Amino acid sequence: MKNLFTELRVALIATIVLALLVCGIYPAMVWVVAQGLFPTEAKGSLIMRGGKITGSDLIGQGFIDSKYFHPRPSAAGSGYDATSSGGTNLGPTSKRLVDTIKQRVFAYRSENGLAPDILVPADAVTASASGLDPHISLKNAYLQAPRVAKARELSEKTVLREVAIATESRDLGILGEARVNVLKLNIALDGILR
Amino acid sequence: MDLFGLIQLILFITILVALTKPVGLYLVRVLDAEGRTFLDPVLRPVERLFYRLFGINPGKEQDWKGYTVSMLCFSLVGLLFTYAILRLQHLLPLNPQGFKSVNADLAFNTAASFTTNTNWQNYGGESTLSYFSQMVGLTLHNFASAAVGIGVAAALVRGIAGNSAKTIGNFWADLVRINLYLLVPISFVFALFLVSQGMIQNFKGYEKTALVEPAPAETPMKDAAGEEVRDEKGNTVMETKEVKTQIIPQGPVASQAAIKTLGTNGGGFFNANAAHPYENPTPLSNFLQILSIFLIPSGLTYYLGRMVKKQQHGWAVWSAMAILFLVTLLVCWWAESAGNPRLHALGVDSTSGNMEGKEVRFGIFNSALFATVTTAASCGAVNAMHDSFTPLGGLMLLFNIQLGEVVFGGVGSGLYGMLIFVILAVFLTGLMVGRTPEYLGKKIDSYDVKVSVLALLISIFSILGFSAWAIVSKWGLAGLNNSGPHGLSEMLYAYSSATGNNGSAFAGLTGNTAWYNITLGLAMLLGRFLVIVPVMALAGNLSGKRMVPSSAGSFPAWGPIFTLVLVGTVLIIGALTFLPALALGPIVEYFLMMKSGLLY
Repeated sequence: MKNLFTELRVALIATIVLALLVCGIYPAMVWVVAQGLFPTEAKGSLIMRGGKITGSDLIGQGFIDSKYFHPRPSAAGSGYDATSSGGTNLGPTSKRLVDTIKQRVFAYRSENGLAPDILVPADAVTASASGLDPHISLKNAYLQAPRVAKARELSEKTVLREVAIATESRDLGILGEARVNVLKLNIALDGILR
Repeated sequence: MDLFGLIQLILFITILVALTKPVGLYLVRVLDAEGRTFLDPVLRPVERLFYRLFGINPGKEQDWKGYTVSMLCFSLVGLLFTYAILRLQHLLPLNPQGFKSVNADLAFNTAASFTTNTNWQNYGGESTLSYFSQMVGLTLHNFASAAVGIGVAAALVRGIAGNSAKTIGNFWADLVRINLYLLVPISFVFALFLVSQGMIQNFKGYEKTALVEPAPAETPMKDAAGEEVRDEKGNTVMETKEVKTQIIPQGPVASQAAIKTLGTNGGGFFNANAAHPYENPTPLSNFLQILSIFLIPSGLTYYLGRMVKKQQHGWAVWSAMAILFLVTLLVCWWAESAGNPRLHALGVDSTSGNMEGKEVRFGIFNSALFATVTTAASCGAVNAMHDSFTPLGGLMLLFNIQLGEVVFGGVGSGLYGMLIFVILAVFLTGLMVGRTPEYLGKKIDSYDVKVSVLALLISIFSILGFSAWAIVSKWGLAGLNNSGPHGLSEMLYAYSSATGNNGSAFAGLTGNTAWYNITLGLAMLLGRFLVIVPVMALAGNLSGKRMVPSSAGSFPAWGPIFTLVLVGTVLIIGALTFLPALALGPIVEYFLMMKSGLLY
């Protein structure tokens, strides 16, 4: 019994000492060095426009107007709500999933003026895992480009040039997928108008 | 399945193989109380200071009972510590959002979850927990529980390697050394790398940004007190408002995310875990997070070989793990690439695979790779929503967990779990050839087999028992997000994940209810500590045995035959136990998806 008491006392001290190291010194050191070496990233890669924060490079935003490229459907809150990240968690035989996607396919084809036999890229009609996915696939962007060009009275070539600028290729040429950052692209397009 | 996926897979395996030996050799030094490392000039004085504060003598080795008691006391104190922090969250500092105290059952579930290295997320990180709760209450266990797992594995390996030894190491020395020399330094460097990729590390309040395009959205109506308004049926009342701003949560993410994968913990800072762009910004950060999950478990197999002075044995165990891993990964990758034919019928491009619940920057391959690794390794971090995987893809994840997470497995827990199967494999081959089973020069007696089987049975009873209970209960069914076979999979996955201390979820399940919080919390504690105790007993019994020289009749614990027998043992026990339940969940769902028009 005395032995057990000693063990518990050591355990309590060990917990406190370890907490000081891994919950105090360690994160504080990461914080100090990170703020010094990578201040922009450590603070959230925020985008400033006219002196105000207008978003983050990494966090997607919702867009509805036809002059903007549209992001993926989002299940985060009422859509792109960064305080409640997450996916739909609907399984492959869910009626809700299939019904929703049926509507989205129809909507995607009609707003972009696509023929009914044109296949819709999966990322355009499925919700992402985080609900904050900042990217769409290249295929998705190309299909939206004519609509955006028309709404902005720009040439398709101009819009595609902006798409190319907002395209991020595979990391190190190998890892992940090529993708288009929707927020950056839309901000750049707004810049052309002005 | 495409060429780029294949190249990334080959790259992943190559780097893993290349790192196994150096990590293993480093582990040999860390796990030896007298071992020297290149960090000694800086950390030796800190280590000595720790021992002085603890009031222990690191040179004094413990027998298996002493080691186990120390480990249990430490875990109990940690459990209470985190429970107290979560309950007192509103009084503690670093709470810029003013979150309230976490309620009792959720606090129990979360404390049990982190103490057992499970990191099941019934809490929503950005909407429930303060920076202090995350950084102290949770991150403490990311280090502590990982060190406990590695310590137990090291104790078992010392038991196997010992010759008529009474002791198997000192728990406190293991705890201190694993943290100081292994987990903290690697996490520090890794965290900085992750920040360079865009992961955040700050202590400011949530950022309010002006949206580029303010747009109308359906939002829950709130009353003057800020509470959501509900109608007479209890549903949230929605209203259409123009949303002009986006609130972006901030916090010390990188320091927590680095140890989250390195220590195979998996508890996310954000609800969406490693799918959240702040918690996994780029494919490169993703690749290294995946690699860091397997880093220590893979190195521990080399440590095993080195300690028992039979490196081929270490590699044989590694190969068995790698074979099981590749099979489940390839099936999962194939199933996710093939996608969902129900959606293809609606006009969705079938070449883009199953993108529901996946992020564009990772795509199909990196989502399948992350998911397979995280379930093989008891990590539980996710970069895609497992609930939305295709039936066969999800089956592989579930099966990985149910095999006991011995495919590299959690830090330490993977190795000691696999060594249980090794004992059984040796026992089975002994029965087949009619000789006393022998493992690396030690006779395996009935005590060894009994405690090994006990360790397996406890998990099996916990997974199937709790799942069955939930399935026939109102509270169990009330938590489902999907119905039909997929609903069964959600419950089965929950208790498999909790018992296996994995922590990933078919996250549609609403687990944050009193019943689920308590039963899942219990499953985690059973699956952790009632497995560790038999493992420690095994270590104690093996350490006391005398080494006998091997003879021509000894079955070698290395070479292709041993590896295949080991793979077979794992598969047979896993499949025999869980196939009936899996047949009613993901397997029947596969046929429904392919061959019928039924929807749920």
